[in-house]
Amino acid sequence: MIQIKDLEIKYGSFTAVNKISLNIKENSSCAIIGPSGCGKSTLLYGLAGIVKPASGDIFIREQPVKENRRKTGLILQNYGLFPWKTVWENAILGLKIRSISMEEIDNTVTTILQELDILELKDKFPVQLSGGQKQRVAIARALSIQPDLLLMDEPFSALDAITREALQNLVLSLQQQKKMSIVFVTHNIEEAVFLGQQIVIMDKTEGSIKHIIENKNFGDRNFRFDEGFFQLCMEVRRIMEVSD
Amino acid sequence: MIEMKLNNFFLQHKGIYGTVVIIILWYIFHYLLQTAIIPSPIETIMEFFRLLQRDLLLHMFASLYRILVAGIISLILGVSIGLYLGLNEKIDQYFSPMIYLLYPIPKIAFLPVLMILFGLGNLSKIMLITIIIFFQILVTTRDSVKGLNKEWFYSIRSLGASKFQLYQHLVLPAVLPKLFTAIRISIGTSIAVLFFAENFATTYGIGYFIMNSWTRVDYVQMFAGILAISLLGLLIFKGIDLLEKHLCKWIILEKETI
Repeated sequence: MIQIKDLEIKYGSFTAVNKISLNIKENSSCAIIGPSGCGKSTLLYGLAGIVKPASGDIFIREQPVKENRRKTGLILQNYGLFPWKTVWENAILGLKIRSISMEEIDNTVTTILQELDILELKDKFPVQLSGGQKQRVAIARALSIQPDLLLMDEPFSALDAITREALQNLVLSLQQQKKMSIVFVTHNIEEAVFLGQQIVIMDKTEGSIKHIIENKNFGDRNFRFDEGFFQLCMEVRRIMEVSD
Repeated sequence: MIEMKLNNFFLQHKGIYGTVVIIILWYIFHYLLQTAIIPSPIETIMEFFRLLQRDLLLHMFASLYRILVAGIISLILGVSIGLYLGLNEKIDQYFSPMIYLLYPIPKIAFLPVLMILFGLGNLSKIMLITIIIFFQILVTTRDSVKGLNKEWFYSIRSLGASKFQLYQHLVLPAVLPKLFTAIRISIGTSIAVLFFAENFATTYGIGYFIMNSWTRVDYVQMFAGILAISLLGLLIFKGIDLLEKHLCKWIILEKETI
């Protein structure tokens, strides 16, 4: 689904992403994990078409990524919701921008809000919501455009443990149900192991990939209670901590 | 218990409370100083209503008209240029040195120039207020656009928004609360400027009315004029409050939750 070849992204003279090559399969989930400042968010913004590469290529479904792609949904760290719009107005924004008919918007978004269990919040403003609820609205907005690729930038980092796990379960079932690929960035090892079919471990400072792990147990809701889960977490931790 | 009730009463009737306190203070000054230059509040209020039946309303409308026209022109120009400069840093680099030089100049000193260029009538007065508050609105708008959360821009771009939609869904609603603050400050400024400008080459306007009463040593009428200009200001402020409540519901909710 995604081919990244020798990708290099720079901010001025600073190289945030350094010659990264990576393939991500159709209907899979890819976790990119690494400490702050390792270039993982920049890589994600590159995939979203928000940041332009200095060199190298990104192809999504054989098409080069130039700017934002119609079927790519993006969820940002602080949810990226607009405080002046209600839950409903936030959720329909993607479709409204695409000039979809009001009737179709109504049907699509009502269904999604129902699925995410936030329909009764539709007239509230973001400031009236809890962190978990805001995140659900952000997910609803991203899903409304019926994406085949969902990008998430540290989506659950501001949430408490219980809410975080509930939302991780939700994202997992959405991924399986909607047949879409997910690429997400995190610094949380458990999250990467639970939600990542492919776990990409980034180097501390170089802006490059250190190691990639295939997670065979991906997709099992009860994986968290499995011994294998802890072993995989340990493995990721060990790789992350090995000095270069 | 009684204290709480009193407290609640004050909170619910801030306007009445403020008016009563000011009238009492005014009355104390009037009583202590025993001079014609501070007439009693009751006398002034009676005079105000008497004058309303004559031409005071006309003076008030003349002033209101000048403030509104100047306000609308400054808003249209200040907001559009401010938004543009806020989003286009490179162009702002060329403009901001000039803005910083022109902003603090006491533009009121240019009234004679404006009167020669735009005539003695309404236009020169409106122009004067416009060039003063235009800068306040321009600078506020530009700076609040620059301070917007970067994530919002990522968010709207990832949804595929056009330039127009970026303004419609993100930039305009985001700067609105700060814009309302700028408008409030501008209204205060424009009333002060107007008071000065209306002393030249006009026989209508509340500024003229007050100064004219002064030169005729009619202090009761002068105070009635001051009362009128205060009420005019209050009226405009209340209008802005109402508009803000309607357009920026989220800001009010945000204040309540903090």
